[in-house]
Amino acid sequence: MYVAVKGGEVAIDNAHQALAEARRGNTAVPDLTVAQIREQMGLAVARVMAEGSLYDPDLAALAIKQAWGDLPEAIFLVRAYRTTLPRLAVSEPVDTARMLVRRRVSATFKDLPGGQVLGPTFDYTHRLIDFALAAEGGPPPPRAPEADRPLDPAMPRIADILGAEGLIEEETPGQGETGGGANAVPDLTRQPLTYPAGRAVRLQALARGDEGFLLSLAYSTQRGHGNSHPFVGEIRMGEVAVEIVPEDLGFPVIIGDVTVTECQMVNQFAGSKTVPAQFTRGYGLTLGYNERKAMAMSLVDRALRHGELGQEAPAQDEEFVLSHADVVEASGFVQHLKLPHYVDFQAELDLVRRLRRATAEDEGNAVRASEAPT
Amino acid sequence: MIPTDDTADTGAAPESGYTFGYLDEQTKRMIRRAILKAVAVPGYQVPFAGREMPLPYGWGTGGIQVTASIIGPDDVLKVIDQGADDTTNAVSIRRFFRRVTGVATTERTAEATLIQTRHRVPETPLGPGQILVYQVPIPEPLRMMEPRETETRRMHALADYGVMHVTLYEDIAQHGRIATAYNYPVTANGRYVMSPSPIPKFDNPKMHDAPFLQLFGAGREKRIYAVPPHTSVVSLDFEDHPFQVQSWERICDLCGADDSYLDEVIADDEGSRLFVCSDSDHCAGRRAAGYRGPRADSQAGVALTDAMAAVKREHERDRPAPPSSEEMGP
Repeated sequence: MYVAVKGGEVAIDNAHQALAEARRGNTAVPDLTVAQIREQMGLAVARVMAEGSLYDPDLAALAIKQAWGDLPEAIFLVRAYRTTLPRLAVSEPVDTARMLVRRRVSATFKDLPGGQVLGPTFDYTHRLIDFALAAEGGPPPPRAPEADRPLDPAMPRIADILGAEGLIEEETPGQGETGGGANAVPDLTRQPLTYPAGRAVRLQALARGDEGFLLSLAYSTQRGHGNSHPFVGEIRMGEVAVEIVPEDLGFPVIIGDVTVTECQMVNQFAGSKTVPAQFTRGYGLTLGYNERKAMAMSLVDRALRHGELGQEAPAQDEEFVLSHADVVEASGFVQHLKLPHYVDFQAELDLVRRLRRATAEDEGNAVRASEAPT
Repeated sequence: MIPTDDTADTGAAPESGYTFGYLDEQTKRMIRRAILKAVAVPGYQVPFAGREMPLPYGWGTGGIQVTASIIGPDDVLKVIDQGADDTTNAVSIRRFFRRVTGVATTERTAEATLIQTRHRVPETPLGPGQILVYQVPIPEPLRMMEPRETETRRMHALADYGVMHVTLYEDIAQHGRIATAYNYPVTANGRYVMSPSPIPKFDNPKMHDAPFLQLFGAGREKRIYAVPPHTSVVSLDFEDHPFQVQSWERICDLCGADDSYLDEVIADDEGSRLFVCSDSDHCAGRRAAGYRGPRADSQAGVALTDAMAAVKREHERDRPAPPSSEEMGP
């Protein structure tokens, strides 16, 4: 029986058609709309926007639809699209202290100015499959009750409260990260990643890094691979205004709101000869509502800050973490192994055969030598 | 290549909505700067701000970005993977460039002005007007000995290549020979140790003092390096263990070539093998010139030839003569 060995354009076209058909599934079931994905799979959309480094819920929802629900593939689609977009402006730093908060919790203080705001969270749900959801076309859930009074507009960040007492290290911009000039903060999507990366680039790499990878690294720091005693100083999620300063205007203009999740992890530091005991920070920020990711990011950020002084655990090793955190890079390189490698394999095959032949000849000689009369 | 009116090989109109070559002009300029630096310092890995391309990392995004930033409307592009134009990835990359540039494509090595390759250097010698773009997975030849970029950059700066020689020596001590069959390290211009990309060492000698420009793009690792024309590229070896290329006791079963790199093809479920040229254009050219290999007429040989010819027919259908170019659509 002959084995087909050569592909070609027709085969590729047919494979793409098979994919399109499989992606659509049973055509008796209505087509999923992009709006449905955007509205009802919001956390998937948020992850695609965060790791895709592009804030566009409609585009992310479309990518999820096109990717057959595979989020790394959707992230990849968004990233490739991002390549075609020019960078028109650099925004002013967003001020998360002025966030329109939908959720804000602290694990370090029972109560604090602005209060604890649980917001939409899985935290205290019982993970029991809700069979009632399977009945489609039912009435929408009742609106969640509203608070008697609006949230306190002044909702200071915990880190700022601790900072006022000098109990937590100051967050100072790194070298070349000050000033409002367009080139003040390095842009990972416009400059290659080189080491040592510096914290600004590091945070960018973590913000678009693979959630699963960062989660496992963060977990490893809690299990002894890298010393850390973290507390969630604060997690907040909500909308922040993005401002740019157009050159011909000279003052900031709001161009839109984005949803972000911010996590400030507070870590103990016993102090040294030159620095009194104080708390240190790990910082996480993601586009969209990505709480697990923001928390993992803040733990890894803190672990990498230890790495500035010397590497011990994997999570403290900047090159190890940043070189392997990107899901588009990792998925591509792992999966490229299924591309043809006939030529290299042939070279290896040839080498292995030669080595085996050489060994067999050596052994043959050895046997003959031992059998020879003495 | 200077375009002439009688070039039958016209491309299609590029896809609307994208810049010529997909990348925006600033990105192309950034990559061209990196290429110029790479050409000026042969074998030195120049970091560049690689972008996500619409093909996955590992599929040749570095080569694609290099090609995208140097390709012009008059170029004639050839794309090979494993030496062949008809492997799925080569087909996909060629199709990508047809979509975003509309340039003419060819499978004939001699006709191409720009050749993007994965894992091979074509058998047909290239000339001064041609550019060879290599797809590179791991640009750092020292990576498997030292995983840290900060360390390897220092080693390159100091030309501290002892670890590489020790690795090759350990092979000889253990196996009696250097056990690297592809991605065999070279020294470029007598200075930088360089990865030739995972080409078989059979192809290494073709890189030395070559009349054509060789560009290497590593997309995921975001590095570009180059070997300008007429630059020395020397494979590492020892006086008593000189560098040697692979040789076969077989000849190509289809075209009878005895000097080309052969791929082993399992021809049936009883394990019988065909050995055929990995360079499909070289093999087809020889067969067109009347050369026949020992098993060209066997069932498997005919099937293999047919499969390659089918791809050739597809290419011809894809690039009709100028008067009928409307069929291509926008």
